[in-house]
Amino acid sequence: MSNVTQTHSGKKLHKLEKVAVRFAGDSGDGMQLVGGKFTETTAICGNDFATLPDFPAEIRAPTGSLPGVSGFQIHFSSHDIYTPGDAPDVLIAMNPAALKVNLKDLPENGIIVLNQDAFSDTNLKKAGYTSNPLEDGSLKRFRVYPVPVGRLNAEALSKLGLPKKDAERCKNFFALGLIYWMFDRPLDSTIGWIKDKFKKVPGIADANEAALKAGYFYGETTELIPEHYEIPQARVAPGLYRKISGNEAAALGFVAAAQLAGKQLFYGSYPITPASDILHELAIHKNLGVRTFQAEDEIAAIGATIGAAFGGALALTGTSGPGVALKSEAIGLAVMTELPLVIVNVQRGGPSTGLPTKTEQADLLQAMYGRNGECPMIIVAPATPGECFHMAIEAARLAVKYMGPVMFLSDGFLANSAEPWQVPRVEDLPRIDVHHPTVEGHFQPYLRNPETLARPWALPGTPGLEHRIGGLEKEDGSGNVSYDAENHQHMIHTRAAKVAGAAKDIPPAKVAGPDHGELLLVGWGGTYGALRAAAEEARAKGKSVAHLHLRHLNPFPANLGDVLTNYKRVLVAELNCGQLLSMIRAKYLIDAKGLNKVKGKPFQVVEVLRGIEEAMR
Amino acid sequence: MSVTTTTSTMAPPAAKPVSKADFVSGQDVRWCPGCGDYAILAQVQKTMADLQFPRENVVFISGIGCSSRFPYYMNTYGFHSIHGRAPTLATGLKIARPELSVWVVTGDGDGLSIGGNHLVHTIRRNVDLKILLFNNQIYGLTKGQYSPTSEQGKKTKSTPFGTIDYPISPLCVALGVEGTFVARTTDTDLKHMAMVLERAARHKGTAFVEIYQNCVIFNDGAFKGITEKSVRPEHALFLEHGRPMLFGKDGTRGIRLDGVHPEVVQTAGGKTDGLCVHDERAAEPTLAYMLSRMRNPDYPVPFGVFRAIERPTYDGMLLDQENQATAKLGAGDLQKLLKGPETWEVK
Repeated sequence: MSNVTQTHSGKKLHKLEKVAVRFAGDSGDGMQLVGGKFTETTAICGNDFATLPDFPAEIRAPTGSLPGVSGFQIHFSSHDIYTPGDAPDVLIAMNPAALKVNLKDLPENGIIVLNQDAFSDTNLKKAGYTSNPLEDGSLKRFRVYPVPVGRLNAEALSKLGLPKKDAERCKNFFALGLIYWMFDRPLDSTIGWIKDKFKKVPGIADANEAALKAGYFYGETTELIPEHYEIPQARVAPGLYRKISGNEAAALGFVAAAQLAGKQLFYGSYPITPASDILHELAIHKNLGVRTFQAEDEIAAIGATIGAAFGGALALTGTSGPGVALKSEAIGLAVMTELPLVIVNVQRGGPSTGLPTKTEQADLLQAMYGRNGECPMIIVAPATPGECFHMAIEAARLAVKYMGPVMFLSDGFLANSAEPWQVPRVEDLPRIDVHHPTVEGHFQPYLRNPETLARPWALPGTPGLEHRIGGLEKEDGSGNVSYDAENHQHMIHTRAAKVAGAAKDIPPAKVAGPDHGELLLVGWGGTYGALRAAAEEARAKGKSVAHLHLRHLNPFPANLGDVLTNYKRVLVAELNCGQLLSMIRAKYLIDAKGLNKVKGKPFQVVEVLRGIEEAMR
Repeated sequence: MSVTTTTSTMAPPAAKPVSKADFVSGQDVRWCPGCGDYAILAQVQKTMADLQFPRENVVFISGIGCSSRFPYYMNTYGFHSIHGRAPTLATGLKIARPELSVWVVTGDGDGLSIGGNHLVHTIRRNVDLKILLFNNQIYGLTKGQYSPTSEQGKKTKSTPFGTIDYPISPLCVALGVEGTFVARTTDTDLKHMAMVLERAARHKGTAFVEIYQNCVIFNDGAFKGITEKSVRPEHALFLEHGRPMLFGKDGTRGIRLDGVHPEVVQTAGGKTDGLCVHDERAAEPTLAYMLSRMRNPDYPVPFGVFRAIERPTYDGMLLDQENQATAKLGAGDLQKLLKGPETWEVK
């Protein structure tokens, strides 16, 4: 945190380039909510930002307990940033448990704002403290600002006549108001939201607004907190921006893809963390021709999706790793019947139920090989929350052009993380060409397009094209059931060649950094920000490091083999035990090394930088 | 007999008249000689022609098993999917294309064992599908293991000492989840099958039909004691809406309610006073459920339409919601959607 001082309303205002703030409290304290509001205001202030919500799998773990701590980190800046920040500069801790869980991430001299009213003997005990950290000197290394949030909030709301419990619930807005003051942010966007959200219960709206203002004025009028900062606007490309998370962007991307293809969007899904938000978002848009189906289970969700694809919808199913495991037989059916659909896997920590709310990238080989038989499928992976939009369109394009299922590998980090996003103009988006045959005569459902090897997408309701498809091996051309040995081998090779052939149709691999050099850092999916920042830092230190982030994982870009040979070393960084690494080593026979982490958390920039330095030693 | 349900979901009649032969695909039928499936296939093809269904608007979807080869033999659109999952594909297709006539063909293993979950949820939702469940009380395609409808004690390859499973009743399941059309027929009575299939085709909502079907190889004669012509009058009860429940040669026996239990009584001189009168349109499925519990040897086995009520369909309500949303909010604007609730301009 570098400081330049200037005067503002008679108070010292320090200018900062970037800062990371973490809100932490009980999972019932509304930390995700205030984090989200802070993010919106930050967006309107014109900063670049990245966020990382971190919440427990339990909706409400016991109050005050360590497993019940919910956190939300936002990194915002006056220049481009790529990650939510390795460590917070400022920690807001609403109770002792939140302090205990998050303190280890805070650097020396970091700022702690805490709700001192919550530091009761009971709460200290619940958090496993044997002495009060506010009194025992254990926080000496930090700048600590205890604020009696509970008492001040109660006083601020005393005139409103609210039941004690309702008033107590507003304390997150008091804390938010204080942090708004600390970073010189306007209150109007949040007040507008409060008024709209609670318009049916004006008493609650008034209370939340009063709490927010009370927190702000507390910062402004007391001399207790000398920390008051300004983070100037970021210099970003001109245009219209909004905040977007990965799940939102994916949902919008598929709505757009359907319109670009002139299709109805069908979404069949079964609720599962962290993919459910896609279902919630799509269920809203009935007036945009989106039909959602909450199925009885994961298998029914993809079964219905295949049925909708057969009927001619742009068909989509979404889930997380455990759901993909259940869907795998049906994915095989889609490969066999060569019907276009997209399967969204918002990856989470595995195996089995694993870490439902945490991020991981350990389903790549499941996407590649997790089915019976030789069963290839196109796989794409967005790199940033905003990119989920464009990769959704790309996934849909590949599905309908190559007539087969496409796996869209998102992850828990991308799903919930938010960033500023330049709103695309619909007229700039690529059209998706779809062709349905109508010619009568001798119709052959497996007669292929010689260029793409795709079969025709003939729709029920078309006279003269009545035909039967299914999971049994088909004779090429006629589509009749065939047990012929030569035909089976031919069809296996044809399905593989069709997927491999898509390599001609995807963008070439493009590195950031030198096009020849010492080390190529390779990644995929939601680790983009940390990898890009680490490679830039390495270059700033004079190292010859380039970064390649793959969006297409099957097939790989056609030039990938050549790109890999332009560097002395290849380091593949991923949040698994080396899945892309093994694919690259197997395909290109190079001695690539892995940088791997499986802690349910994103990479920190510093970890990747350390990995680069170790690999170059 | 009157038809209670509307015909509005049926596809509009074919432009050119269609015959039974038009519904026969060119594929060689590969069921065992003497299999009950032949009779069902022929009757379904005839029903399609009788109702003048346009072939292009009809889709048959199946899972895995002997019965699931059915779509290959129908000259309509067809999908031979994976084990137990046909109702899911049919649901997705019906949501995407409500105007199509979608039929599911399944068996006792496919529909009630591996696919039991989908079957109950599909019937519960009242998706406008026609589900034909061929019940032969055995696994045929995998060569003779017991099925969930096999009678307890049955000795099969996988149960050399007899099954210890209690069997499941397809109709009890369908009525338990409040199916809006629930019927039973048999491959040995073509006239009855024709009536039931036509009623099913005309029903708006999920029509669930159990068809007793004989497997000549692994379970021959499973229903002989009920459905064979010579014993039928004494062991089968043919339900007709609004008519007293009479069976036996010359209608000499009937079903009466003793409290909440059915009992078989002799009817004196054709008198039907006090006998149960079949009401397929009853709002509550209680009596239909009671009928579905009746089995030999204590009771005759009922055939016919157990229940046929009108209730909004899943696909119909989905379209209603879509229309209401569009009427209220106007046709969606993608650009507006992309902008979202809050934007800021960078100059």
